Amino acid sequence: MKDISRLAFVLTIIAAGAGLILSLVEGVTREPIAEQRRLQTLKALQAVLPPIDNAPDADTVSLVTGKDKKGRDISRTFYRGRQANDLAGVAFKVIAPDGYSGNIEIMVGITPEGTVNGIEILTHAETPGLGSKIVEPWFKEQFRGKGLDDADWRVKKDGGVFDQITGATISPRAVVTAVRKGLEFFREHRQQIIETGRSEG
Amino acid sequence: MNLAREFTKGIWRENAVFKLVLGMCPTLAVTTSAENGLGMGLATTFVLLCSNVAVALLRKVIPSKVRIPAYIVLIASFVTVVQLCMEAYVYDLYQALGIFIPLIVVNCIILGRAEAFAGKSPVLPSLADGAGMGLGFTLALFVLGSVRELFGSGSILGFSLFGAAYPPFLLLILPPGAFITLGLLLALMNRLEASRK
Repeated sequence: MKDISRLAFVLTIIAAGAGLILSLVEGVTREPIAEQRRLQTLKALQAVLPPIDNAPDADTVSLVTGKDKKGRDISRTFYRGRQANDLAGVAFKVIAPDGYSGNIEIMVGITPEGTVNGIEILTHAETPGLGSKIVEPWFKEQFRGKGLDDADWRVKKDGGVFDQITGATISPRAVVTAVRKGLEFFREHRQQIIETGRSEG
Repeated sequence: MNLAREFTKGIWRENAVFKLVLGMCPTLAVTTSAENGLGMGLATTFVLLCSNVAVALLRKVIPSKVRIPAYIVLIASFVTVVQLCMEAYVYDLYQALGIFIPLIVVNCIILGRAEAFAGKSPVLPSLADGAGMGLGFTLALFVLGSVRELFGSGSILGFSLFGAAYPPFLLLILPPGAFITLGLLLALMNRLEASRK
C-alpha cells in the first residue's frame, strides 16, 4: 500500500511539472501563433484580390451557407477588399470535399462583377507529384478572368475549358467544381455580400 | 565512459534507421523530400536530447515500476513544446510536417533510448547518446528524402537538377517508393559493410 502511494506521488509530481512547463510555453507562443495564422490568411487574400489598400480581414460579412449533419449553421466569411474606399474585390474560402484524399481548402478572389481574379490553394493532402500540382501557378492562373457565364466550368476531359493534370483528374475536377459552387453562391447573394455594413464603412 | 564514443555510435555503428531499423513510421511517411526529412530529423533530435537529459536527471527519482508512463509523460510534453514552437516560429515547416509532429511521441527510438540508455546513465553520456542517435536519425531521413526527391521530382531541397525535360519517377514519392528506396539503401549498406571485412 505504501509502495502504491509512493508511485502515485512520483507520477503526480512529474505530470504536474510537465503541465507547468506546457502552460508556460503555451503562454509564450499563443500570440505568435495567432499572428502566424492571421498572416497566412492575409497572404492568401492579397494573392487572390486585386490591389487594395484596406485590411480585408477586418471588413467581413458572414453568411449561412447551409446546415451540417447536426443541424448547426455552416457559415462562410466574405472578405471585402477596397481601393480608396471602393469595393475592388471579394474573397472567400471554399472547401472541395471530393479531392483524392481529404478536403481541399481554396481561397477564391473575385471582382465585384463576379469574375475570378485569382485562387489560392490553402490546404490539401493530394498525392505529391500528381494531384499536388493544383498548387502550381499555371493551374491557378487559368481561373483568372473567368466568370460563370463565359466559361464551361468543367475540366477538359469532361468537356469544359480547364486543363486537368496528366495522371490526376480528380483533384482539378474537385477544385473547379468547388470554385464554381462558390461563384454560384456569390451570384445569388451578391447584394447581401456587397451591401451589408456598408453604411458604417 | 567515453563521450565521443557514445556520440558517434548513433550516427553509424548503431544508426537507428540503417542498423536497428527503428522508427519506421516517420522514416517512411515524411521523407518525400530532403527538406521534410531534415525538418523531421531535427525536431526528433531536439525531443530526444530533452527527453534523454530529463530521464537521466530523474533516473534515481522515478521508481522502476512506473518508469514507462513517466517517460511517456516527459516525451509527450517535449513534443508539445516543439509543436507549439514550430507553429509559432517556423510555420511553413510546421505545415509540411503536419500530423507527423505529434507522432514523435510514439517514435520508438525516443522511448527506446530512455529505456535502454538514459534510464541507467548519468546526464552527460545521455546527452551525447541523444545527440548522436538524433543526428544519425536525421542523416538517415535526409539521405532517404534526398534520393526520393532526386528521382521522384528531379530536384534536391527544391532546386531542380535535371531540368524540366526530366520525366519524374513518381513511384518514389508515393508510399511504396519509401519502402523500395529504404530496402535498396539497406542492401547497399550491407553490401559495403560485407566487402570491407
